[in-house]
Amino acid sequence: MNTGNRPLSPHLQVYKPQITSVLSILHRITGIGLAAGALVLVYWLNAAAYGPDAFERAQDLLASWLGRLLLLGWTWALFYHLCNGIRHMFWDAGRGLELPQVHITGWIVVVASLGFTLISWFASYGLLGGV
Amino acid sequence: MALRSDLGRVRGLGSAKDGTSHWWAQRVTAVALVPLSIWFVFSVVNLVGVDKDGFKVWLNGPGSFVLMALFLIALFYHMQLGLQVVIEDYVHNERNKVISLVLNKLLAVFLVVSSITALMRIAFGG
Repeated sequence: MNTGNRPLSPHLQVYKPQITSVLSILHRITGIGLAAGALVLVYWLNAAAYGPDAFERAQDLLASWLGRLLLLGWTWALFYHLCNGIRHMFWDAGRGLELPQVHITGWIVVVASLGFTLISWFASYGLLGGV
Repeated sequence: MALRSDLGRVRGLGSAKDGTSHWWAQRVTAVALVPLSIWFVFSVVNLVGVDKDGFKVWLNGPGSFVLMALFLIALFYHMQLGLQVVIEDYVHNERNKVISLVLNKLLAVFLVVSSITALMRIAFGG
């Protein structure tokens, strides 16, 4: 689009990051990240369909330090996107739109997503017997 | 004075020409994904370190296959809708935008067919 030489309005970088804007962009970033995670899920299922050796290789890859790091990231991304998605549903219903409520529910989403991530990882390590 | 024609008001479609169907489908898939994704994380936590036989036993257990298939359908539908908005926001060249939107839809269909086919091969295969 040719905008000519007319003055442009200030863009994102001139604004101070706030809980509202940061959580909003995080919703999109975690969504894109989860799409990448979905590709790994398809690989994982196809490896299991292919045979025991292919599945074992997939399990080893996911259990490597890089695999675990990515899975930890995807766990948080999923819980964040899930919790913030529920926050969006309340907004769609016309609830929780006052600024103080938006701040409170934003922090609830942050704390809840971190808490659910920790619980899932403690549970999986617990089932493995502390591996 | 109303700025829209009577026909435009009746059809209720905005500038994107698809009305509220995208927005609504995104919400419906989101509602489905709330319980399904919680179930999925719970299942994966229980599948940590499992081998192929263990995976098959789980998949043939009560509910697993149907819930997993529903999760995959809702997931890839929701993913396609979300990525579509990202493409529409950032890809401004009309040709690249149309190509990206078509590839996005085809990718989602491929992924859902591929993953559910894999599920069937695990569940019914040897």
